[in-house]
Amino acid sequence: MFLFEDVEHGYDERRVLHGISVELTERRIAVIGANGSGKSTFARLLNGLQVPTAGRVLVDGLDTRTEGRAVRRKVGFVFQDPDVQIVMPTVAEDVAFGLKHRGLSKKDIAARVAGVLAEHGLTELRDRPAHLLSGGEKQRLAIAAVLALEPECVVFDEPTTMLDLRNKRRTTKVIAELPHQVVVVSHDLDLLSDFDRVLVFDGGRIVEDSAPARAIPAYLDLMAPC
Amino acid sequence: MLSLYRPGTSALHRLPVGAKLIVLLLSGIGLFFVTNPFVLGGTLLVVVGLWCLAGIPLLELLRQLRPLLLVLTLLGVAQVLLLGWASAFAVLLRLITLILLATLVTMTSRTEDMISALERAASPLRVFGLRPHRIAFVLSLTLRFIPLIKEKADEIRAAQRARGVERSSLALLLPLLVKVLRMADHIAEALDARGLDDARDR
Repeated sequence: MFLFEDVEHGYDERRVLHGISVELTERRIAVIGANGSGKSTFARLLNGLQVPTAGRVLVDGLDTRTEGRAVRRKVGFVFQDPDVQIVMPTVAEDVAFGLKHRGLSKKDIAARVAGVLAEHGLTELRDRPAHLLSGGEKQRLAIAAVLALEPECVVFDEPTTMLDLRNKRRTTKVIAELPHQVVVVSHDLDLLSDFDRVLVFDGGRIVEDSAPARAIPAYLDLMAPC
Repeated sequence: MLSLYRPGTSALHRLPVGAKLIVLLLSGIGLFFVTNPFVLGGTLLVVVGLWCLAGIPLLELLRQLRPLLLVLTLLGVAQVLLLGWASAFAVLLRLITLILLATLVTMTSRTEDMISALERAASPLRVFGLRPHRIAFVLSLTLRFIPLIKEKADEIRAAQRARGVERSSLALLLPLLVKVLRMADHIAEALDARGLDDARDR
């Protein structure tokens, strides 16, 4: 689904990604690497939130540089910090947010919001102000709001970093049960141990690209203290 | 406004938000023409009755008034000194009635319905080139992020206290500004990711 062709990306003078060429077709793909290795930038390139400074990224043949809006309809994005992703005052309003902007009718929005809230155990919280939710509830809401838009693929940027063990397990289960193609950026090796493919980033390059059984030890070697 | 809504099925909950806001507006204007303390007292009793009708415990009513006690007392004392007992009594009855009525409207109305009603009310502003849905959107974002900014300010204050700085406006405002600007960048990114750019076509 994703095709990176000799992609470079940088901020001002600083080059973050160097010559990335990769095709991602597996259903569950993980991206790991040290802080600053370029993995979050890589994730943002997947749905056109950022566009490459050189090369191109294609999603089902759509170029993220020229078809960003169409790409974002296909690719949902769950941010690391749900607090910046939740943009409406209450739970139900936040789930309805993207649907309203898609131009769905009020009836369709109400039905889809009710369905998604029920699916994610948020029905009781539908009128709860977002700032009064716990960290785990916020993460559930952030995921529910993205899934309400029915994307074909979901990118998760460090989805378990800010969660306690119970919520981490719950999020891991939600991701495992998704029928969508998922790309997960994470430091959490438990989360990605049964993924189909793992990309290991270091210094803006993919230094390992294989199944978890091989990629995780390579990552651990890379992270060994000097 | 945000934390006040109490879900329910009472007649007041079911009443359209627009109607409730119009009643609130008219009461606000009307009460300032009433000086008879018996009429004002009667109106207050009606509002208390409406609280009961909405199924909200009267203890909650007192809880809502408690933070305003100091202001009401100061206002009452000033009125007594400047205009006498009768005027002070009337002013306090008016204010308490309006505060309770406004709180009741908020407690029985969902934020989303309230914002939709305001969006409809703002629709005549189209003739001046304003877009009501944008006004509603800005209002929603404000309601969402004010508590979050307060949370960030509390975090910074706690971190500074831990480092021995008890009170310093500069030490609070600078890091808060940096955090808020960074947050604004992330929010803009999230809005794009969540389909706000779809709306630009419409």
